[in-house]
Amino acid sequence: MPQPQPQIVVEDLVKTFRVSERAPGVWGAVRGLVHRKHRTVRALDGISFTLEAGELVGYIGPNGAGKSTTVKILAGILVPESGRCEILGRVPWKERIAHVAGIGVVFGQRTQLWWDLPVADSFELLRDIYRVPQERHVPIRDELIALLDLEPLLDMPVRQLSLGQRMRCDLAAALLHAPPILFLDEPTIGLDAVSKLAIRDFVTRLNRERGVTVILTTHDMDDIEALCTRVIVIADGHILSDGTLSELRNRVTRERWLTVDLVNPEEHVQDPDATLIRRDGHRVCLAFDPQRISPAELIQRVTSAHAIRDLFVENPPIETIVARLYGESPRSRQP
Amino acid sequence: MTATTAIALRPYAAIVSARFRMLLQYRAAAIGGLWTQIFFGLVFLGVYDAFYRSSLQQAHPMSFAQVVTYVWLGQALWAMLPWNPDGEVRAMVRSGAVAYELCRPVDLYGLWYARALAWRTAPTVLRAMPLCLFATVVLPLLGLEEWRLAPPASIESAIAFAAAFVCMLLLGCALTALMNVSLLWTLNGEGAVLLMAASVTFFSGMIIPLPLFPDWAQPIVQALPFAGLVDLPFRVYIGHIPPHDVVAVLRHQLLWTIALVVFGRWLLARGMRRIVVQGG
Repeated sequence: MPQPQPQIVVEDLVKTFRVSERAPGVWGAVRGLVHRKHRTVRALDGISFTLEAGELVGYIGPNGAGKSTTVKILAGILVPESGRCEILGRVPWKERIAHVAGIGVVFGQRTQLWWDLPVADSFELLRDIYRVPQERHVPIRDELIALLDLEPLLDMPVRQLSLGQRMRCDLAAALLHAPPILFLDEPTIGLDAVSKLAIRDFVTRLNRERGVTVILTTHDMDDIEALCTRVIVIADGHILSDGTLSELRNRVTRERWLTVDLVNPEEHVQDPDATLIRRDGHRVCLAFDPQRISPAELIQRVTSAHAIRDLFVENPPIETIVARLYGESPRSRQP
Repeated sequence: MTATTAIALRPYAAIVSARFRMLLQYRAAAIGGLWTQIFFGLVFLGVYDAFYRSSLQQAHPMSFAQVVTYVWLGQALWAMLPWNPDGEVRAMVRSGAVAYELCRPVDLYGLWYARALAWRTAPTVLRAMPLCLFATVVLPLLGLEEWRLAPPASIESAIAFAAAFVCMLLLGCALTALMNVSLLWTLNGEGAVLLMAASVTFFSGMIIPLPLFPDWAQPIVQALPFAGLVDLPFRVYIGHIPPHDVVAVLRHQLLWTIALVVFGRWLLARGMRRIVVQGG
């Protein structure tokens, strides 16, 4: 008997773009008329991963790393140069129409709602576009409205919604046909804290309670820490790391941070087994390797040498981890 | 219509109706357009009036009264002339929101054709009625009896025109959809669109009725698809083309529509392979 296929298979995906270049200024524009220079950019250079149904994966990387390109290929919008991609057994760009009926997509920087129509009308239009029968549409829609608290927004034209409100409506719009797979391309970009929490909460429930597979690209590392069990890090079209959050941490650094609040901000905290990474008034932050010195011992040494008001041990934030993975630690930028 | 066809067509019908309703809201644009059309109509008629009065030639290819009705029809149906791509599609291609358009489980060409149908009809509905009212009722009251829009030449002409009018819309939407597709080649597409706009306005007869073109140009302009957008249906209306010849007109329009749809679909399939969705 054949093994059950993973839901999403991506193998050795390559995508290049041709970028035309011209010298700046008037002379450059004139020369561009006669002779255009093209440069080939490799947006994806051999990306491979597989996803099982019900996974919630964070797909992160710096600007231009190839995150959105990957999502667009998975969504059937772009055609890769080479490589294999199968989602629910279909090749997205070959069977586009059948494929997109089974996925939901949200591009955080754009809306799929009709700008001049009330939200409710956009929902009706999507119902017709996805050919969802009315008796199936109503319960799905009502549930999304309840979960995302959209009731007060339904009669408003989309152009009058705030960014946070619009994103909630966009999420509902992407899920009206109850797709088993959801692609979120920077869904929290530009949102305030409350809206971000609402979105995260909803995505978590969707994944846990409905088993919807979610691929999330983001710059917001809090999104990743709050949501994702698995993280794929990509830079320059290559996958740098693929695994759980703790695996990612362990791979990059075993470092922990000890933060203490001193009673006397004039004191200098020093220890042979720890390095001072930040000092901000009363607050001092030390980095240490728990295999060289146990946290208990370090705390004991520090507390015996200084009067302190508070202390805590934490993992370095995921930003630091990822930045180190990219080879560019934010610590080097700090004094 | 069978149930399966109804389900198959549901997305496209929904797009046409939503877009139509949305466009009907743009009343200010319609009023602005109405004034422009009245102004252009009067300027054109002033020129033709002078031309016909000063011309010594006796046998004109069209009578002055026929030209007047031809001009007013053109102004009334100006919004149906496919001289530009769909503004919404252009904005989507520029902003990258076209990505969503590609995520819909529908045929993209069909979707854009459906958009074009609404886009070519809704503004026309808003503008044609008041303009026809102006050209048939107000002008005679102002003492410009000779400049008024006449009814169709006969009942037969009216029926024949109704058929040619439907085909004129179908042909116009095929051209609009083709221009939309050309936008996928962002920069070069804009140039193609400009060229198309010039061809459509000039060779459709919208500026100068095609019978007034020189004799040597007649076989060419009559064979081009643009004649089916303005000249052929309008000449059916004024009786310049007798009602029993309408079959040839419809054949011209439908053959070109089919050819343009086939070409548009082929071009779109090619465009999809090389598309670069802008931004992010």
